[in-house]
Amino acid sequence: MEAVAKAVENTSLHDCRDAYAEALEKMAAGDARVCAVINDSLSSAKLKNFKAKYPGRFVNVGIAEQNMVGVGAGLANAGMVPYLCGAACFMTARAMEQVKVDLAYSRSNVRLCGMSPGMAYGQLGPTHHSIEDVAWTRILPNIGVIVPADAVETRAAMLYSLKHEGPLFLRIARMPLPDVHKSGYEFRYGIADVLRWGRDVTLMACGVMVSRALEAAHMLESAGVDARVVNMSTVKPLDRDAVLDAARSTCGIVTAEEGLAAGGLGGAVAEVLAEEHPAPMRILGVRDAFAPTGSAEFLLEHFGLTPGGIRDAALELLEKRR
Amino acid sequence: MPEAANPEHAARLKAQANWIRLSAMTMTNHAQLGHTGGDLSSADILATLYLGGILRVDPQQPRWPQRDRFILSKGHCSGAFYSALALKGFFPRDQLKTFMDPLSMLNGHPDRNKLPGVEANTGPLGHGLPISVGAALGARMRGETWRVFVLTGDGELQEGSNWEAAMTAQHYGLENLVVIVDRNRIQQGDFTEKTLKMEPLADRWRAFGFAVVEADGHDCKALRDRLSRVPFEAGKPSCLIANTVKGKGVSFAENQPAWHHGVPTREHLAAAASELGVEVDW
Ligand SMILES: Cc1ncc(C[n+]2csc(CCOP(=O)(O)OP(=O)(O)O)c2C)c(N)n1
Ligand SMILES: [Mg+2]
Repeated sequence: MEAVAKAVENTSLHDCRDAYAEALEKMAAGDARVCAVINDSLSSAKLKNFKAKYPGRFVNVGIAEQNMVGVGAGLANAGMVPYLCGAACFMTARAMEQVKVDLAYSRSNVRLCGMSPGMAYGQLGPTHHSIEDVAWTRILPNIGVIVPADAVETRAAMLYSLKHEGPLFLRIARMPLPDVHKSGYEFRYGIADVLRWGRDVTLMACGVMVSRALEAAHMLESAGVDARVVNMSTVKPLDRDAVLDAARSTCGIVTAEEGLAAGGLGGAVAEVLAEEHPAPMRILGVRDAFAPTGSAEFLLEHFGLTPGGIRDAALELLEKRR
Repeated sequence: MPEAANPEHAARLKAQANWIRLSAMTMTNHAQLGHTGGDLSSADILATLYLGGILRVDPQQPRWPQRDRFILSKGHCSGAFYSALALKGFFPRDQLKTFMDPLSMLNGHPDRNKLPGVEANTGPLGHGLPISVGAALGARMRGETWRVFVLTGDGELQEGSNWEAAMTAQHYGLENLVVIVDRNRIQQGDFTEKTLKMEPLADRWRAFGFAVVEADGHDCKALRDRLSRVPFEAGKPSCLIANTVKGKGVSFAENQPAWHHGVPTREHLAAAASELGVEVDW
């Protein structure tokens, strides 16, 4: 617990895209089925080394995401394990029917590595933001949705993905993040990763919001509040037991995600609570809006997706209980 | 506008295109984000359309129903597009200073609900042509004579949606539709022909039922000659393949894939200003 809090204070930040690329190269070295598909830019996909080492297991379909996902399904059909690597916004939004039918419905062994998700593209605007991807993929049967919290977890989730049966969506952050995990951390699919136990309130987050939730817990501690912090890196399948335990043993749950407040992690948690154990909740995310112009950091601030924003939501829940 | 034929006018158009170039680079330097290569390759096309008397638009009435529609399908080249719109008078030039600032109307990709003169929210490649086909069909349904011009990238044409729209355009014989391809031979990561072959591009458009014409995309007079004779052939949609150089006009950026989204420094701007022979006055 202490170690984690320290790790967040540690200012060294890492780009999850580097971790994903390293992991993919390592996996390709050990398994001849691993191949990669990109849509135009090798350097955006961070696969220069991969292509140099494994040119025969690398395909560039050009700027054609629907084609990319279909090609991925075909490669899987042929017994390969394809990793489709491209900007999350286009890979999901543009190719959603291919994701639904060719991957989810067909249960194809394809991994979508959605790069630079959320509002990472900042000023490039809502066309390039991918704040819908978790909601869209989560509602589809058969497809797993993983949103790693840092570079360590990105690497671990990538290594896990090779063993996984069926399609996966992995959201690979662009925003430099502090490590909230120690090296050696093992990713457990579908199991909540409790970073800090607490009795008063629960903060559940995924991706870039996890380190922010830890900071919020720190702030709450100074206010005398003992917050639990849960990294819900597997948004689908959701760890229902962890949600119910948080609802039963703390006063309520604040969820935080770099995405739409509707339909994502918050929605998934709310669905469990509504049916099995209604409990107070705050869902932090982007509420029914296309973002204005601004950098990624500016927009997170704009939508209250900050440690202070999470802290305030937690205090509101506690207030409500009194 | 008959003045277009005279050489003085051609020189002015070239200077305006170069102003668009330097303005776009200055904006990219300001935002530390942008798409220099494609801004520079499309500047002469934009200048010809907006300032060479091709587009029938009225900056005082940006939503005038009878206006010609121009759709920037390669929405990442907003720097050049916004500069052309400002030069035409759609909004004050000094608004260009706010490119990509917090809460700015000048988003990284164009937003029709924020800026006058913008017809479509583009950015994801492969949206402009389907929208343009719809607009051309709509003009016909209403019995109106305005035209639709759409500017696409060349890498952009790898998106299948373009070819679906092309089939619709052929089927309906959309004489009022003009596709202009900024054929700069480079996409984001590399040259198009190394990434995913686009040739034989003109034959592909012909096979999809378009009347195809090729022109030097940096020769404003040639562009103007072609674009003032629409449709290129009766009964067919038109396609102008504008052969361009990515990064055109600024030697260090010309034909360099890395300048697709390269950000110029102040030193680059100074060098560009002297090569282009213009000053940015906003
Ligand atoms: C659907 C989609 N996929 C990927 C991108 C990312 N992207 C932005 S610009 C670009 C390259 C475009 O190349 P081209 O069409 O040749 O444009 P130009 O050379 O005129 O800049 C890419 C891949 C995008 N904007 N939209
Ligand atoms: Mg190009």
